[in-house]
Amino acid sequence: MKELSLNILDIAGNSVKAGATRIIIALTETDETLSIVFEDNGCGMTKEQVESVTDPFFTTRTTRNVGLGIPFLKLAAEQTGGSFSIESTPEKDSPGNHGTKTTALFYKNNIDFTPLGDVVSTVTTLIMGSPATDWLFTHTYGEKEVRMDTAEIRGVLGDDVPLDSYEVIEWIRSSLEEEYDSFYK
Amino acid sequence: MKSLAELQAIKDKMKDKVVLREGTGEIRVVVGMATCGIAAGARPVLNAFVEGVNKENLSEKVTVSQTGCIGICQYEPVVEVFEAGKEKVTYVKMNAEKAAEIIESHLKNGNVVEKYTIGANQ
Repeated sequence: MKELSLNILDIAGNSVKAGATRIIIALTETDETLSIVFEDNGCGMTKEQVESVTDPFFTTRTTRNVGLGIPFLKLAAEQTGGSFSIESTPEKDSPGNHGTKTTALFYKNNIDFTPLGDVVSTVTTLIMGSPATDWLFTHTYGEKEVRMDTAEIRGVLGDDVPLDSYEVIEWIRSSLEEEYDSFYK
Repeated sequence: MKSLAELQAIKDKMKDKVVLREGTGEIRVVVGMATCGIAAGARPVLNAFVEGVNKENLSEKVTVSQTGCIGICQYEPVVEVFEAGKEKVTYVKMNAEKAAEIIESHLKNGNVVEKYTIGANQ
């Protein structure tokens, strides 16, 4: 992947496929590090599945026998000297409180750090692809914060206007772009 | 986030439009957005279709959606166009410029852009 934002798009897709109704993507930056955390309330995975998802030859998809999404993200983190972890609680063990938390830590000053790229497009693409999901995206850097909470948007729009309407997506895009304008300054 | 008042204005403006939009969608454009598609550049392709369809006022007859792996990863980004009563058209090795051409020729005027189909790229 040329940008970490593409890994984010890809990995968040796993939460959608796990049937999550709420997906949190939290980016936290310092001058040295970037952490990306995905948290969902999807069906979760068993211990065995968690152990095998970093194996490229494990996948749930049926079109072929390789799954490269998680291995790509893990590699991108580890090649900067960072780390990667997944914790998961399967629905069958814990019907009331299940889901998956995936964490990737990157060292930004490492020469092998992949740039974050166009995160705004990733967030709008995710919302368009799964408009009924509650998405919470946050990106913090010291005191600065970019935030997009689709539950708040839905609170205003009600049931009349779906989140994947072009006008709403464009509003989300410009809202995020506006916040990013002053983010690294 | 930006002021939610603006969102309220969008809601008021769109109420009638949404009713119109439902029940149509004779043409479906589906973009493969699994790991293979994303890595090959599907995100700008999807956005080009979403933007183009809306700018050309085609949103009443064309819906754009995302799907997983279509199974021909070596041809990604892959876009499938479904139209009632017609055979599915599969466009391969897509980019945003090709998407613009397909919107103009195929979605607007009904002429398949043969050179970008899988048949012309095998």
